[in-house]
Amino acid sequence: MPLLSGLEINAMFNVNDIRKDFPILSRKVNGKPLVYLDNAATSQTPQQVIDVIVDYYSNYNANIHRGVHTLSQEATDLYEQARLKVQAHFNAKFSHEIILTSGTTDSINLVANGFSALLKKGDEIIVSALEHHSNIVPWQMLCDRTGAILKVIPMNEAGELVMDIYDSLLSEKTKLVFTNHISNALGTINPIEYIIEKAHGVGAAVLIDGAQSCPHIKPDVQALDVDFYVASAHKMCGPTGVGMLYGKEEWLKKLPPYQGGGEMIAEVSFEKTTYADLPHKFEAGTPNIAGGIVFGAAIDYMNAIGFDAIAAYENELLDYATKQLLEIEGLKIYGTSKNKTSVISFNLEGVHPYDVGTILDKLGVAVRTGHHCAQPIMEFYKIPGTIRASFAFYNTKEEVDVLVASVKKAKMMLS
Amino acid sequence: MIVSIEDIQNEIIDEFSMFEDWEERYQYMIDLGKDLPLIDDQYKTDSNIIKGCQSKVWVHAEMKDDQIEFTADSDAIITKGIIAILIRTFSNQHPKDIINADTGFIDEIGLKEHLSATRANGLVSMIKQLKLYAVAYQTQLK
Repeated sequence: MPLLSGLEINAMFNVNDIRKDFPILSRKVNGKPLVYLDNAATSQTPQQVIDVIVDYYSNYNANIHRGVHTLSQEATDLYEQARLKVQAHFNAKFSHEIILTSGTTDSINLVANGFSALLKKGDEIIVSALEHHSNIVPWQMLCDRTGAILKVIPMNEAGELVMDIYDSLLSEKTKLVFTNHISNALGTINPIEYIIEKAHGVGAAVLIDGAQSCPHIKPDVQALDVDFYVASAHKMCGPTGVGMLYGKEEWLKKLPPYQGGGEMIAEVSFEKTTYADLPHKFEAGTPNIAGGIVFGAAIDYMNAIGFDAIAAYENELLDYATKQLLEIEGLKIYGTSKNKTSVISFNLEGVHPYDVGTILDKLGVAVRTGHHCAQPIMEFYKIPGTIRASFAFYNTKEEVDVLVASVKKAKMMLS
Repeated sequence: MIVSIEDIQNEIIDEFSMFEDWEERYQYMIDLGKDLPLIDDQYKTDSNIIKGCQSKVWVHAEMKDDQIEFTADSDAIITKGIIAILIRTFSNQHPKDIINADTGFIDEIGLKEHLSATRANGLVSMIKQLKLYAVAYQTQLK
């Protein structure tokens, strides 16, 4: 099939060549060249991936899984090929263990909703103190519905989870453990191998939020032996509004359907409906067809560059940026774990992060400021928020220099 | 005699027209923020915080001789500058005039970007809150 064949990708890692793939990186903001350092919020999209969006709507657009006409069959094939790409990327055993969702939050809610039927009063759910709000609120709602109790793995000053306390929280009452693979606010890489093994020791299921890890790491769900793993396409050079849920077959069979609608049924009568097999049981209604197909193209793009090369280069950027930023007097970095990805959360002494972010924007530098949807972390450090610079494989050391110079300028203006 | 809101806004537009670039504009706003008369600590309560701002903004309003006096504070200095500009236009004015005031001058002084909903600095929320106080006091006057 011709679609996706346009993916001509740079095999060698050369950041200047790679940057040419991303049209947005050459635009100006406030008259200055854009320095995009908000990759942890969303990644930019390469031309090869944008082309697939255009190609899909130009040549294949149709509803899938039902039509007997050619367009519908071609679109269905493309969509199911994308599922196979996601399966291969995460190394799931079966393609029906991959549910295509609207994103990480949707995936988490799907699992949380399913567990409503499996939990009873007094059961315990463990979450980590490093969670994004999307990984706290669904569990609170689940606890409200079922009478289960939410326990929290605390963090230390470096922004790492305290594993001794995790050990002591686990018991035969523990039914679920949820943590992110990598903290969005601080960049800490959590010891999920240990967390999964220990949880399985007491018979609990584990869901790992991979929204922040998937741009940097290629997770192997079978090697991890994880029960559920979730991610969003837009963090990995793909489009917004599409993501994935990996669930072990045995777990996905246990969970009841999330939403009712077309696509997720086998037989419907007013007396009784039987549900479709996996994965369609969890994919009610017309899915984000273009999004799913383009998600597959984004995975192809990132794999062609290679996750080892991406991680090595990003670590170099992280080290360089950390050293440069720390030379600024009064600058404090939050999240100082040795195991972290290319995210630097920081503040200038006596200056509100919002002020710094506003000045940086004027200088063309895009960072995130605020609590990063992780208010409990900010409460831990007793700060209103941080400035977060998050780097991707298409950022350069020159851009780090612009960031550092801009922070210095903001400091001068604001203090 | 009360200087009208429109006259004050024109004064501010004149002041900002002297600046050549964003840097001078922002430096001026930062200085305005530093000069903002601080709100009395007893009014820096959670109920006086304006929702919808990434930084904290406290506003207190008091009625004196049929005019509203606003005091405010923020933990972010640019936000403080913005609220200082708003207070300068609205403070010591009659509630009715505040309710009817046009705020198009924000655009004219090059701060249009702060009106965008994504800005999260809450300029829109601030204007709304000041006008809400005016509506409340106007009701009392009747």
